[in-house]
This record gives sequence, C-alpha cells and structure tokens, in this order.
Amino acid sequence: MRADPPGALHDWLDDEAGPVVRPYAMTGGRVRPTVGFDLVAFVHADPEADPDRHQLSQPEHRRILRLAAEPISVAEVSAHLDLALGVVRVLLGDLLDARLIAIHEPPATSYYPDDNILKAVVNGLRAL
Amino acid sequence: MDSVRSDRNGSGQRVPLALKILIAGGFGAGKTTLVGTVSEIRPLQTEEILTDAGIGTDDLSGVETKRTTTVAMDFGRITINEDLQVYLFGTPGQDRFWFLWDELAFGALGAVVLADTRRLADCFPSVDYFEQRGIPFVVGVNCFDGAQRFGVDAVRRALDLDPDVPVVLCDARSRQSGKTVLVALVEHVAQRRGEPVPAA
Repeated sequence: MRADPPGALHDWLDDEAGPVVRPYAMTGGRVRPTVGFDLVAFVHADPEADPDRHQLSQPEHRRILRLAAEPISVAEVSAHLDLALGVVRVLLGDLLDARLIAIHEPPATSYYPDDNILKAVVNGLRAL
Repeated sequence: MDSVRSDRNGSGQRVPLALKILIAGGFGAGKTTLVGTVSEIRPLQTEEILTDAGIGTDDLSGVETKRTTTVAMDFGRITINEDLQVYLFGTPGQDRFWFLWDELAFGALGAVVLADTRRLADCFPSVDYFEQRGIPFVVGVNCFDGAQRFGVDAVRRALDLDPDVPVVLCDARSRQSGKTVLVALVEHVAQRRGEPVPAA
C-alpha cells in the first residue's frame, strides 16, 4: 500500500512528511464517511448483529468488528489497524450503515465537564 | 456522576467519557516523551492523510496525479476510573500541518505547551493558537538535563502570557513531573470556570 516518495516532482514531500500512500483504494475511492467520527468517539460492535449477512468489502471491516467487541475509541482503531483516520472513518461509516456497530460521540458535557468530573480527573491523576 | 453512558444496543457495556488534552510545543520540545511517560498504554500513533483530493470534493478521478502524504500523531491514554478516560494527543510539530490542529483541538479540555528554553520561540505559535481560540493551556518548561536557563518569570515575560496562565517547570521524562503538569492544567480549567469569560 505504501510507495517510496516519488522524487523531484513532489518536492514538498520529504521524509518529515511521512510515506506517500494511496490510502483510499481500500474504500473504493470514497473519502467522505457517511457521518463524522470524533477521534475520541467510542465504537462498539453490536454483539447481536451477524456480519455474514452483509456485504463487507474489506477484511478491515471485520478487523474493526473484532477490535470493537469492547468499546474502543476511533483513534485506537486507527492505531491498531495502522490505517489513516480518514480511511477508518469511511470503513466505520460502512459498518454503521449496516448497523453492525454503535457509535458514541463524546457528549457535549465532555467539552465543558462539570466540576465533579474535573475533580475526579485531578484525583485520578494524583493517584497514578 | 453523569458521565456514565449506557450502550444503546442494550448490551450493558459502559462507554467511558473521554476527555482530550493536547500536548503541544516546538519540534523536539518533548511532546512525545511526555505522552509516553504519563500514558498507561504504550503510546500509539494515528495518522491523518493530507491530499488535495480529499479537500472539498468526493471525486477522486485523476487521483494518481494528486499528492498524498500522511501526518502522524502520537497519543496515549490515562484511565481515571471505569467511566472516565483522558486522551493525550501530541500535536504535529510542523507549521504546515496547522489545520490538523483544529480537529485535535475540537472539544479539547485544554493543552500543555511544552517549552524548551534553549529554543523558546518555537512554542510561540502554539501559545498563539490556544490564546486565539480561548482554549485553556499551561506552559510546561521542560528542563532538559539541567538546561533550566530561565526561571518561570522570565519565561512568562518572554511568552507575554496572561497572568493567570500557569507556568510550571517540568521534566517530560519523569512520570511524577508529567502528572504535575497535567494536574496544573485541569486545575486551571476548573479555576477558569469560576471566572467571567474574558472580553474578546
């Protein structure tokens, strides 16, 4: 999936920029997921659902379902699959459309957590 | 605590509330080190694709002529309790990836700006970014091998910080020290709650 940087034509690509990829081959060229997924949204596979009843085009779909047997963050799905976030989001959109996963976006309370939550964080950090 | 959410699919699985903290600063300021020392998991890496094909269009025809690259972001996790987790995201160091920060910063509790006093100017852009967006932050002065050349007050003056922004000396390699910086940030966030929103 990865290729070496293609030389002089792409002079703004250097080692610092990371590898050149053609990442959206896996999603059939789709670059937009059907819904947004926050980095810290949690994905959870529906244990009742049967993936065999759906046309899942990529083995990565099933890898996501296995990872999400327990709730797992979008960022961690991306890291464990070694796939870029944009690709993961498209695949998650497929699984959501097929009702194979539930998605839990961070609630608005996480943007402005109340004092009890902040106290719990401080106490938790101190106890580490 | 109202952070508990039950899973909608009825399996009874508890879904934790995840708070985001950003670790920013110049290249080599110790961002990845800090994420690693306080994270309970080996730091993971996620990457975002930058492609002009991915901006504003779903049409990938001619994608073979598009330029695509990836930007890696390190992150770690701290479990506070079974309902509450803190994610630490190291921000990409290069200026040309600024626009990725917006996604990282969306909904973030706050940020730690790591400063290396040998290259203090490197953290100016981070300070500007968080100030402009009203995102609470603390400055952690990373003392590399006794490289503490300036005191807290000198750093505060050099960065022209608002008086309420905490500046703490730290060693990003030390877990205890990293925890102290994070605690300072969360306490700063809590303190800001009690104050009127500053005029724009």
